Amino acid sequence: MKSLDDEFHGIMTAGLGSLRSKVTKPFRNALESIQASEGDRARMEAVFDEAENPLDEDGDEIAIRVRGLSKIYGKHPGRAMELLAEGHTKEEVQNLTGNNVGLYDVSFDVKKGEIFVLMGLSGSGKSTLERCLNRLIEPTEGQIVVEGVDLTHMDDDLLREVRRRKISMVFQSFGLLPHRDIKNNVAYGLELQGIREEERLRIAQETIDLVGLTGYEDSYPEELSGGMKQRVGLARALATDPDILFMDEAFSALDPLIRNEMQDELQKLHSRLGRTIIFVTHDLDEALKLGDHIALIKDGEIAQIGTPEEILRNPADDYVSSFVRGVDSTKVLTAELFMKKVTDKVRISQGPRTALKILRSSRRSSLFVVDHDDRLIGMVKQERLIRAVNAEGSLMDAVITDVPTVAADSLMKDVIQIMVTTDFPIPVVDGNGILLGIVDPSVAAEAYSEGEAIR
Amino acid sequence: MTSVVGTFAEALVDFVEYYFGWLLNLLGRVLDVPLDLLGNVLYDTEPLILIVAIAAISLLVTRRMITTAVITAAFAIIHWMGYWNSAMITLNMVIVSAAVAIVIAVPLGIWAARSEFANPVIKTLMDFMQTMPAFVYLIPAVIFFGLGVVPGVVATVIFAMPPVVRLTNLGIRQVPVEMDEVAESFGSTEFQKLTKVQLPTAMPSIMAGINQCIMLSLSMVVIAAMIGGGGLGQDIVFALNRVDVALGFEAGLAVVLIAIALDRLTQALRDGGNGSELRT
Repeated sequence: MKSLDDEFHGIMTAGLGSLRSKVTKPFRNALESIQASEGDRARMEAVFDEAENPLDEDGDEIAIRVRGLSKIYGKHPGRAMELLAEGHTKEEVQNLTGNNVGLYDVSFDVKKGEIFVLMGLSGSGKSTLERCLNRLIEPTEGQIVVEGVDLTHMDDDLLREVRRRKISMVFQSFGLLPHRDIKNNVAYGLELQGIREEERLRIAQETIDLVGLTGYEDSYPEELSGGMKQRVGLARALATDPDILFMDEAFSALDPLIRNEMQDELQKLHSRLGRTIIFVTHDLDEALKLGDHIALIKDGEIAQIGTPEEILRNPADDYVSSFVRGVDSTKVLTAELFMKKVTDKVRISQGPRTALKILRSSRRSSLFVVDHDDRLIGMVKQERLIRAVNAEGSLMDAVITDVPTVAADSLMKDVIQIMVTTDFPIPVVDGNGILLGIVDPSVAAEAYSEGEAIR
Repeated sequence: MTSVVGTFAEALVDFVEYYFGWLLNLLGRVLDVPLDLLGNVLYDTEPLILIVAIAAISLLVTRRMITTAVITAAFAIIHWMGYWNSAMITLNMVIVSAAVAIVIAVPLGIWAARSEFANPVIKTLMDFMQTMPAFVYLIPAVIFFGLGVVPGVVATVIFAMPPVVRLTNLGIRQVPVEMDEVAESFGSTEFQKLTKVQLPTAMPSIMAGINQCIMLSLSMVVIAAMIGGGGLGQDIVFALNRVDVALGFEAGLAVVLIAIALDRLTQALRDGGNGSELRT
């Protein structure tokens, strides 16, 4: 009888060796990955400690720098890239090579601590772009530098550590684990890090409190409303204490009221925790409300990058202006833009007679009163001034101190709200109460029509 | 007369018997161990004590009075009709077969779900195993293991495996893409992705497969009586030979009662996927 060894050898040499390796690969991968070790974490931290954040021209630190990022779907990405570089359109490339262009030559910088919005219609490539940034989708070409470290060529073990500790993600349809209660959902990322149970549940509890879900620790996802589920999603992402948060259409599945509430909540959390956030959305209002900078994506390329105001006031092309059409610009534009210099003001020391004279020559019904440092004290009207002059009183007797003021960065929609309650120009003051200018009621109409003017 | 296909199958069986007979022998002995262990409990315990134990287990698993009453009544009726010993032999084989089938089938299902190479191969094999008439398995089983309980168990394992493999495969493949992305974006290893996201999410589907597996085991164990498996199946084969309606109906009813009891029990496990028991 032939020995079993001989039999086995025969089979192996018959070329089944390669077959066997193919067959066992998924298992070997799984087993190898069990042994993901503390060593990887130390290695990751060393790499990030060594690296320095690049700075932009203003000297601000850059959290994420993307250069020439492209993603081609299909079999011959190299050929497609060549054609694109030669100036062919995406349709031509699609027809010539059968490859789909997901992203082409995308570059941008995200400042540390800002909310950077990737905005575009569905199919524009914004979600693909975000997934390329942590290599959930492998980019075809280009460079992604996070905190000075190039992610593009990082090995799998390091990349896993980066995902565990540096970047976390909030998903559109929440992606909560249905078999886990809320506290264990929130602790998920910590569990992957290998933190022991009491510790991770303690951190999870803190994060649950932070997002306002105290009392729901033992509930299951199916028992929560959409808004609450996304709070869990947010808590799960925050629990690992990441430097960077990716939010993929995070609020798009929520109804408008809840969405608004979550946006406010996110802004609050952001000003408290100061994380860098990449926020993907198709909703321009959301982008304008949340974004420090907005990148408009069209067909896998960036149409325009800028602050919300820049985009509203100077759309780069027809695509962008078609986007901003219909936006209520008073929600974005600030008082500063419509502020005029104060020509009619009087210093408190100048006395009521001078004030009356200035008022009459200005042909206005009222006058602002400031002190020596230009700090706003209040305003005076003609009849009270005349009374003060007749009574030989001081200017102070005539001053109305109860005047509504706004800050330079107040949104026009709030300014207009104040305007309708008063007949006078609204004074704009800075943090020290110094009068910077006024917003005249006549500009309210201008603010409303600003959007129109752009078109 | 058979064609070359049959001749080939025969040659293959002979080849296996000749070269791997020792391995099959060993396998038979390994299977004897759980059969003996569980058999000792089932055969030697007082029926009444066992019924009480079954009632306690069902209450624990289902947490429902009515279901528990149904399960307990099923075994009480079997005892009252006088088919206790046969039923215990059958139950022994069902439990061991189903357990072995699940232990083999779940990893196979996971493999099929995770490997585009293994998937079509396993799928074809499962199609083959499921549609091949159950009786056919008995022939090589007898050649390899002789007559008795062990060949019955082996044939049952093969017959009962496919639904678990299929539903495990399907369950994992139906895990939403976003769940995989959640696992990956938080830095899961492949193993963590499987154990913390894919398997738990697929659990209701896997449990449905296990329920099917147990039902199929029961039907096959009855057929296995033809090769000396014993139990209720043997009673039915006797009844068939003697055209004994009374015996046939009673033994058949006992099989139905066991089926109902096992189905309710495993269904409770499956629903537990959405209830509280199976949660972490």
